Amino acid sequence: MPELDAVDRQIIDQWQGGFPICASPYAEVAGQLGIVEDDLLQRLERLLADKVLTRFGPMYQIERMGGAFVLAAIAVPEARYEAVTAQVNALPQVAHNYRREHALNMWFVLATETPGGIAEAIARIESDTGLPVHAFPKEREYFVEMKLAVRQ
Amino acid sequence: MIDDLDRALIVATQDGLPLVARPYHALAGQLGWSAEEVMRRLQKLLDTGIIRRIGAVPNHYAIGWTANGMTVWDVPDERVDALGAQVGGLEFVTHCYRRPRALPAWPYNLFAMVHGNSREEVRAKAEVIAHLLGENCRANDVLFSTRILKKSGLRI
Repeated sequence: MPELDAVDRQIIDQWQGGFPICASPYAEVAGQLGIVEDDLLQRLERLLADKVLTRFGPMYQIERMGGAFVLAAIAVPEARYEAVTAQVNALPQVAHNYRREHALNMWFVLATETPGGIAEAIARIESDTGLPVHAFPKEREYFVEMKLAVRQ
Repeated sequence: MIDDLDRALIVATQDGLPLVARPYHALAGQLGWSAEEVMRRLQKLLDTGIIRRIGAVPNHYAIGWTANGMTVWDVPDERVDALGAQVGGLEFVTHCYRRPRALPAWPYNLFAMVHGNSREEVRAKAEVIAHLLGENCRANDVLFSTRILKKSGLRI
C-alpha cells in the first residue's frame, strides 16, 4: 500500500463526491482541506500515478442515459486464462473485469449505450473465445453506494 | 436522455477532469464551448443522475480493502425483495441486487458485495447476512476476487 499522509486520506475519504462545479474548483477544495491549490493538484497527480485513485472526475450512470450495464461471467479453462482475458478486455464495452475463485472464474461488467449493445457484446465474446457467457442482468437494485474510506 | 453535446462532454470527461486550475475552462477550450456551457451541462447531468457524483474514484485495493467478496444467496423468489432491502440496508454492503439464476449451475438470486482487509473480515460480514436471512437462505457462496483484470469504467 503506497504511503498516504493525513491530507491524502482526507482527499480520498471526503472527496469521493461533491467536487464543485465552479471556475476554480480545485482552489475551493484546497481551501477546505487547508492546503494550497498547487499542493492539491500535485497530490491528485501522485495518487493517480500511484494508482491509489483510478480516476478523478464524474462517475456516469449509463442506465440513466438509456444504456445498459450487465454483469456477466465465464468459466475459463486455466490454460487459456491469459488469452481469454486479453480477448474479453479488448472490448471497450467491458468496463471492469475481475478474476474470482469459482468455476465461473471471470466476472465482468458490460456497459453499452443501448440495451441491444449487450447482446452484441456477448455474441462477440462468445465467438472470439468459443466459451459460453452467462449474463446476470440486475432485476432490481436494493442498494449501491461504493464509498470506502482509507483503512487505518 | 442526452443530446450530442452531452455526449461530447461525457467523452471528454470519462477519463477524468483536467488537473489544472480551471478544469472546466480547459474542457471548454477542448470542446469549443464557453466554460459556462460546460458547467451548466455538468450540473444538469448531475441533477438528473446521469452523473452519480464527481470526485475521487479510489482503487479500493490500494486503500487497504484487499479482500473483496461477492456474496451470493439463494432465497425464495417471493421473499427476495423484502430480504434484499434488508441486506442492502446493512452498513457494510456496498452493492445489493436481485439477479436471475442460471440453473442448475448457479442457483443464486441475491448478490451483495462485501469488502474487508482480510478474508476473515469478509466471511464474518457474510455471516451477518446469513444470520439475517436465516431459514430463507437455501444456499450461498462467497466469491473472492483474486485479480483486477480491467477497471476502466464506462467508455462510450
